[in-house]
Amino acid sequence: MPETPFETARGLVAAYRAQRTRPSEAVEAALAQVERHEPRVRAFLHLDAERARTEAAAWDRRYAAGEDTPPLAGVPVALKDNLCTRGAPTTCGSRILEGWRPPYDATVVARLRTAGAILLGKTNLDEFAMGSSTENSAFGPTRNPWDLSRVPGGSSGGSAAAVAAGFVPLALGSDTGGSIRLPAGFCGVVGLKPTYGRVSRYGLVAFASSLDQIGPLARDVEDCALLLDAIAGPDPLDTTSARVPPPQARAALGAAPRGLRVGVVTDAFGAGVAPGVAAAIREALRTLEGLGLAIEEVALPTLEAALPAYYLLAPAEASANLARYDGMRYGLRAAGADLVDTYRQTRRRGFGPEVKRRIMLGTYALSAGYYDAYYLRAQKVRTLVARDFERAFARADVVVMPVAPTPAFAIGERAADPLQMYLADVFTIPVNLAGLPGLALPCGFDGGLPVGLQLIGRPFDEATLLRVGHAYQQATDWHRRRPPVA
Amino acid sequence: MIDRDTVEHVARLARLALTEEERERFAEQLGRILEYADRLSALPLDDVPPTSHALPMTNVLRDDAVAPSLPRDEVLAQAPARRDGFFVVPRVFDEG
Repeated sequence: MPETPFETARGLVAAYRAQRTRPSEAVEAALAQVERHEPRVRAFLHLDAERARTEAAAWDRRYAAGEDTPPLAGVPVALKDNLCTRGAPTTCGSRILEGWRPPYDATVVARLRTAGAILLGKTNLDEFAMGSSTENSAFGPTRNPWDLSRVPGGSSGGSAAAVAAGFVPLALGSDTGGSIRLPAGFCGVVGLKPTYGRVSRYGLVAFASSLDQIGPLARDVEDCALLLDAIAGPDPLDTTSARVPPPQARAALGAAPRGLRVGVVTDAFGAGVAPGVAAAIREALRTLEGLGLAIEEVALPTLEAALPAYYLLAPAEASANLARYDGMRYGLRAAGADLVDTYRQTRRRGFGPEVKRRIMLGTYALSAGYYDAYYLRAQKVRTLVARDFERAFARADVVVMPVAPTPAFAIGERAADPLQMYLADVFTIPVNLAGLPGLALPCGFDGGLPVGLQLIGRPFDEATLLRVGHAYQQATDWHRRRPPVA
Repeated sequence: MIDRDTVEHVARLARLALTEEERERFAEQLGRILEYADRLSALPLDDVPPTSHALPMTNVLRDDAVAPSLPRDEVLAQAPARRDGFFVVPRVFDEG
């Protein structure tokens, strides 16, 4: 112990407490795994091996002395590189923030430090979390550990790949339209987008503030719950963090989900869904039925309209949020002929094509003459999406859809066609628009590539999602499969 | 398709300098995305209120208490240019 870099976080902590192994050994095992496979996977933008070793040695001593230790003491964790880490690089995958070192920690980072986590490094992402493949990073793509010719999904592709490849048992991502769940699905790991407001966004570099939410990635549901418990809860530094009691997610896993009602979204099995994906989801439903859950059919009539609505709302919010990158206070400055030209040249050099495209789209949707036709209309569709879910939750305790219509696509396959790329998010986006929690977990394979099952819950009811997901993983072993690269 | 004057106008609003090639590409791509978004105009939305936020919260207040701010030197250390405890920026107004 640990003979494998695939030990769970809770397994590591139990082994530390029983003095069967030490955090230093786990960190060395993680670094060895990274050294072997990172040159091909490229999950990380920054690694801090030195600091990880120092922190691990400190936890070694505390475990050896039999001291009380916090819940994640000595567990290696990776962070998506749009989460601020004091004094350490935070690039958001963008040239405009290259070299920037935030003067503060994100609240989730501070909470992980308090929980004893060893922050091993920062993971790759689509620039400013805008993308579904991690190809939009200014520092090159991450590759899917299941098939290096394929994307890991995005935008939290580095975090998902790092968990799948055995680099770390836990990672944080962020999810604005599916950016945790899509890469979790593509890489065969577990990812949770919590309810909007469940986790503080302080120190998450803003993309679309009414949709962004930080959440955990792990190799199984129980570890996912453990990480959620470490980061959730109100924060005075984020006024949109909800003042609700903590989820106590891990404690909720014990109760069997027998008798709960599962609502299958019939609209989500139409054209565009790969037959292998539909088959895996149907098989998962049979497993849930075998566990004593009742399967119902529910409708989301606004499902198709959610995608275009999102691609107006999110860029609109992004165009306002990214106005701050003006080359004055931090980040890149490209000197121009005058002040305005300096803004224009800085942003031209600092932003990549997808970020520019979304700033343009959002600026257009908000501009005089187009606001009612695009932005306002999209906000109304958002209302309809939320109503759809309210109706569904009158009949079901958990709503089920695939994570995505297809498994991971090839690198480069959709890069030239933004609309094709956006379609990957068709089943994840409605959940962000309604602010609901969504859990992605592996439920099979299609052509050797993982397929993700998505469970969607009522606001602040992560516990039910995790309970159902945990029971499913007790009955299946998809989450124990390992990618060939590792 | 949206025309290139519109692209240039939006780029000016967004403070983005575009190359000729980008202007052309964005005219085509934004046109296609907006065409896709036009599907929304087929929905009956007249009586539907807009949603700007997923949580029903308004006027979240905090105690009016003094708390430490970020250390000035650490913040300024990240600036492209600084002098005497200030950010240095290009001239905003022309002289005379």
